[in-house]
Amino acid sequence: MTRNYPDEPAGEFETPPTTFTDAEGRDVTVRAADADDVAALVEMYEAFDPADRAQGIPPVGTEAISEWLDGLIGHGSVDVVAEHDGSVVGHATLVPDHDDGYELAIFVLADYQGAGIGTRLLECLLGHGRERGVEKVWLTVERWNRAAVSLYRSLGFETTGAESFELEMALRLGDAPDGAD
Amino acid sequence: MKVLLGLGGRADGFDALEATLTRCHEAGDDLTVAVLDTASDEDPDSVAGTVRERVAESGVDADVRTLSGHPGSVLTELAEEEGFDRIVLGGGERTPLGKITLGEVAEFVLLNADVSVTLVR
Repeated sequence: MTRNYPDEPAGEFETPPTTFTDAEGRDVTVRAADADDVAALVEMYEAFDPADRAQGIPPVGTEAISEWLDGLIGHGSVDVVAEHDGSVVGHATLVPDHDDGYELAIFVLADYQGAGIGTRLLECLLGHGRERGVEKVWLTVERWNRAAVSLYRSLGFETTGAESFELEMALRLGDAPDGAD
Repeated sequence: MKVLLGLGGRADGFDALEATLTRCHEAGDDLTVAVLDTASDEDPDSVAGTVRERVAESGVDADVRTLSGHPGSVLTELAEEEGFDRIVLGGGERTPLGKITLGEVAEFVLLNADVSVTLVR
């Protein structure tokens, strides 16, 4: 499947690590993550509110969560995590597709939502992805999730597919292509 | 039960075929398989050939038909005209991240069919 991407690259994004105080006054660090962080991520996803699942992920149950993460992290994915008090409270990832693009997803524990953590996680993910040579990013989002859609739009994502239940959005990190793409 | 399975050549449709043949063996369902003219790269006649082989191997006595036209609407129309109890479809494909995405046919059928719909996962 050929995906469409915006012609113009998105603007600058901050890169990890970064530490900030969230809207609830908590000190939060966003840093790059790798396969060594899988155990901490499994713990986070075990605590994830099932109502916040999107299109079947994260899966439910320790075994299914581990299997899902093992298939992604360390196989070319780009990952960042948000930590508070030594625990992982958020995770954002870019997973390579078969067409030079990367699929994006982000998960933040319910108690940490609405405090600005998701925005910083996404900024750091896109900044880190650009450092790692990622040029094209896409995602799907349920169309009723207006908060997520407007956040993605504010980062430079454009809607590229709107004909199915999920909205598809895309962003270019690399240089603009020569001619039309 | 009179079951109508619709598929167009994608992997999730063939998974649904396997699950449906297994169930037919156990429950004695009356199965019809409709091969649809979807946007997939597969030619409907070659998909129908593969389906007939699998049906023959399974020992289930099923009717295999090729339907032309808008896949979701011709499938729904057939189900209602011929009194099927249930439509069965593939449950969607997975993105690289593991997200489920429903195909166009599933979306149309879910929103339009008057009979129960099963998505096979």
